Amino acid sequence: MPDITAAAIDTTPQIKVLFFAALREAIGHSELQLTLPAPLQISGVLALLSAQSSKVHQALAGREVLAALNQQLVGCDTWVHSGDELALFPPVTGG
Amino acid sequence: MPATINCRVQPEDFALDHEYQALQRQDCGAVVLFCGLVREQFQPQDGPQDMPQSGDTLQALELEHYPGMTEQSIRAIAGQAVKRFDLRAITVIHRIGLLPLGAQIVLVGVAAPHRSDAFAACDMMMDYLKNQVPLWKKVHFSTSTAWADAKASDKQALNRWQTAEQNTAEN
Repeated sequence: MPDITAAAIDTTPQIKVLFFAALREAIGHSELQLTLPAPLQISGVLALLSAQSSKVHQALAGREVLAALNQQLVGCDTWVHSGDELALFPPVTGG
Repeated sequence: MPATINCRVQPEDFALDHEYQALQRQDCGAVVLFCGLVREQFQPQDGPQDMPQSGDTLQALELEHYPGMTEQSIRAIAGQAVKRFDLRAITVIHRIGLLPLGAQIVLVGVAAPHRSDAFAACDMMMDYLKNQVPLWKKVHFSTSTAWADAKASDKQALNRWQTAEQNTAEN
């Protein structure tokens, strides 16, 4: 019953969240699986993560955070879908 | 004419002479190579930045990256350079891991028929590398560590290419 499965995924999307560099160190994790209560934009995922953990809240507060969705830099108003890989990190400093 | 693009993200060092030879083409009168190195730095908390201080000097840089996205975004930048300038070959190598003082960090090499395209493409790719590729530097001083801050000047340097692109699109 593929239709029912698809509907279930849409209402509670499962995503993978990655953290890098200073943000990874502040949070103490490089990766976590997250079930969203409803489809959310990246800004909503950030709010959800902050609400779930005071450590994440502290790590995100006052820090400029960039987001990549499925390995593409995107704005925080981008919608997240089930199976997406969302990476959060500080401004890059390579080169 | 299609350009040969060679992008690598690796812990290993690279040899400039080898990369230079690999870029050479019969139809290219110009090869520009830029090499970024780990330079001497002083822990800023000790006083004015870049002034010799009480011995807490840089020992190494540690480069973290986002496997997969790093390679993909470097390739995208090389693709933009090829669209914008008349180029025949591009090599970009970015090292990751722990790199001691004096080590090579990054190579951007460009082969083009003429030098103006080669210089400009090399300059543009470095500005994009500094701003849009998921790489982060952690500075290892003698007695402490600190994540490098992104510089406003790097962002401004990128803006000039984006502004120029908009102007071209409008004209």
